[in-house]
Amino acid sequence: MNAPDLPLPPRRLDRRTAIKWVMTATAAMSVLDHAAFAAAAPAAGAAKGYGTDPDLMKAWKPGEAWPLTFTASQRATAVALCDVILPADEKGPAASTVGTHDFIDEWISAPYPGHAADRKTILDGFTWLDAEAQKRFRKAFTALDARQQAAICDDVCHLPEAKPEHRQGAQFFRRFRDLAAGGYYTTPEGMKDIGYTGNVALEKYEGPPPEVLRKLGIA
Amino acid sequence: MPLITSSKTQPSYDLIVVGSGAAGGQTAYTAVMEGAKVLMLEAGRNYVPESETPMFQNNSNAPLRGASTPDKPFGFYDSTIDGGWEVPGEPYTSASDDPERKFWWWRARMMGGRTNHWGRISLRNGPYDFKPRSRDGLGFDWPLNYEDLAPYYDKTEMLVGVFGDNHGLENTPDSPAGCLQPPPAMRAGEQLVRARGKKLGLPVIPIHRAVLTQKQDADVLPKKIHPNNPRAQRLLADAMRARAACFWATPCGRGCSIRANYQSTTVHLPPALASGNLDIVPNAMAREVTTDANGKATGVVYIDKTTGQEHRVRGKVIVLAASSAESVRIMLNSKSARFPRGIANSNGLVGKYIMDTVGARLTGQIPLLENIALNEDGAGGGHTYIPWWLYKEQLAGKLDFARGYHIEFQTGRHMPSMGTASGMDAYSRGSYGKKFKEDARRYYGSVVGFAGRGDMIPNDDSFCDLDPVVKDKWGIPVLRFHWKWSEHETRQAKHMQDTFAQIIDALGGRLLMKPEADGAKAIEPGGKIIHEVGGTIMGADPRKSVTNQWCQTWEVKNLFITDGGPFCSNADKNPTLTIMALAWRATDWMLAEMKKGNL
Repeated sequence: MNAPDLPLPPRRLDRRTAIKWVMTATAAMSVLDHAAFAAAAPAAGAAKGYGTDPDLMKAWKPGEAWPLTFTASQRATAVALCDVILPADEKGPAASTVGTHDFIDEWISAPYPGHAADRKTILDGFTWLDAEAQKRFRKAFTALDARQQAAICDDVCHLPEAKPEHRQGAQFFRRFRDLAAGGYYTTPEGMKDIGYTGNVALEKYEGPPPEVLRKLGIA
Repeated sequence: MPLITSSKTQPSYDLIVVGSGAAGGQTAYTAVMEGAKVLMLEAGRNYVPESETPMFQNNSNAPLRGASTPDKPFGFYDSTIDGGWEVPGEPYTSASDDPERKFWWWRARMMGGRTNHWGRISLRNGPYDFKPRSRDGLGFDWPLNYEDLAPYYDKTEMLVGVFGDNHGLENTPDSPAGCLQPPPAMRAGEQLVRARGKKLGLPVIPIHRAVLTQKQDADVLPKKIHPNNPRAQRLLADAMRARAACFWATPCGRGCSIRANYQSTTVHLPPALASGNLDIVPNAMAREVTTDANGKATGVVYIDKTTGQEHRVRGKVIVLAASSAESVRIMLNSKSARFPRGIANSNGLVGKYIMDTVGARLTGQIPLLENIALNEDGAGGGHTYIPWWLYKEQLAGKLDFARGYHIEFQTGRHMPSMGTASGMDAYSRGSYGKKFKEDARRYYGSVVGFAGRGDMIPNDDSFCDLDPVVKDKWGIPVLRFHWKWSEHETRQAKHMQDTFAQIIDALGGRLLMKPEADGAKAIEPGGKIIHEVGGTIMGADPRKSVTNQWCQTWEVKNLFITDGGPFCSNADKNPTLTIMALAWRATDWMLAEMKKGNL
């Protein structure tokens, strides 16, 4: 049973005040004679990844830190599956419209341990998915209608209940869903969809309002 | 005197301080405020939190949505530069291949060291924690009492800014009025744990963390901290006015551009540099302490990482504050005819008795916490904790381990990350599509994670020495770690698991991990909690310790170690506040001894 969301009207700092605070702090740092020292170059030996001293201030895009992998057809499959798992609804857009599939491409292309296994799981999974679509409907997964896509996804969406012949597909689906969810819910649209209202400067932190405490039985 | 390059150092200094973190920052701060001329050497690059902190960036601005990688083990936005469990070109080794006997060594090669990213949890050691051997016959007593350090805890709390309050609980010291900042309101989940924890006898109280919940009183605090020193008062007042209070957003682990939390780079170093008495050379990798024919320390040899050149600097007093294991490494590498086993190591105890904190964790999903739509960013980390509550049972022999632990826990809706809606299979039964989005909204923020942090007793099997073969990229011999938990720690980890399972049950929740019945499997690897202390333990007997209660080595009067190295026990309390208080006390004494001409 879902209880209705309980809103807390945040006492937001206006943007100007927040920026002023940051600016004041920045001006106060003049005692640190940082002009004398540029940042040292990132350590050698970590060239494959983003290194141990990456630029934290810039907005990174998939493909900037390392080359991407998807072919046009894999990319299309990723788009379709992202939107089957995370479709548009009244709270947020479809996952592909905010670049979730590009993030998955970035993830499986990353030169770090663990990502190679995901790369295999996802790319093999796409192959399996298309083979399954061909077998059942004689079409690529991207060409199926919603009911046909659902027919396949229903068989692989819950690993513990998957039939033996669907186990590989179910393992792939579980991993893809986790990656898609991570990719989507970390975007501004996804954060709004899931109900994250933080990351804004507030004047005060007042704790939960009485109605929340009553709901928890501790008012 | 500012940040300088190697070519700009003075011919000699009163103090050379190796390291710029909690220990180095506090040591240098205390010394320069009293007029001493100090050179600080930092192995990493300069770091400017005011312009380098990704305050409001969301995870979609980061590669891999900010997820952890070997380059950034605590995530992309973690305020660690050129650091982690592995530092390129600067290896360490393990004496054993057995994973349970490995020590994980965390380093941060940057100005301010680990203080930029730490959890800011600032708990005082209690009276028992200084006299553990007298209490249970294990480990070592400290050569000082809680009362000896208490005035320095007071000053440190006022200087860095620590929120929290007083509850008069056993071995959980109260702070005098005026030391602490008010604690923030408890989050919904924290209040639920407090209410349900009562039935289990668990005291859930505000934690102490080094975060400003209000602006510091720059008219009052500097006078209390530096009585009879108007210049220091003025410098500190200016520094305090440049710090803002927390605006209840952005995780502390990223650092803080508005200086609302403590990091050496925003709290210790700005007023210390403003004094004009501090020079800092970054990218300076200390290799050894030099000595004269009389066995007195004369200076430090370091490698300038920007050029690869070796440099020698001279000082009247040498202070190692490089992190406990790094200070050990420098001492063991400081060999001479007089100190063939390394400086101040004639008794062979340098490197012995290294410790970490006992850690174990368990998470649960709590249906009552579903659909609580609040902004609970708060002060970045936890607002509450559970101090050790079974002192009497332990004393009465009712537990099968000797020392206690406290519980830290995390509730509420955090900024979404890769973990936010992953692994929901356990309760969403494989949903996808619109149902999955509903499930994600429903379960978001309903997971509570508990982590135990417990006392480790020093033992003969946990130490470090120099690897006979391996050298780092600068040609400096590296550390080799030897590690073993005793049953006191593994049984404690088992007890943590049982307790967490009981709490999750009392919350009406379901476990998301199976509680581990084997404590040796539940316990995190040594070093993983990053509370590395010991290795140059203090004591009352020069035969059984490396330093005295003033962090002064017994053998070399003008050599001090002010990081966690002199800890001769590791209470459950997170060590940073105690490192700072001890460093302050040691530096006060050091300066007095210098004035008397004793060093």
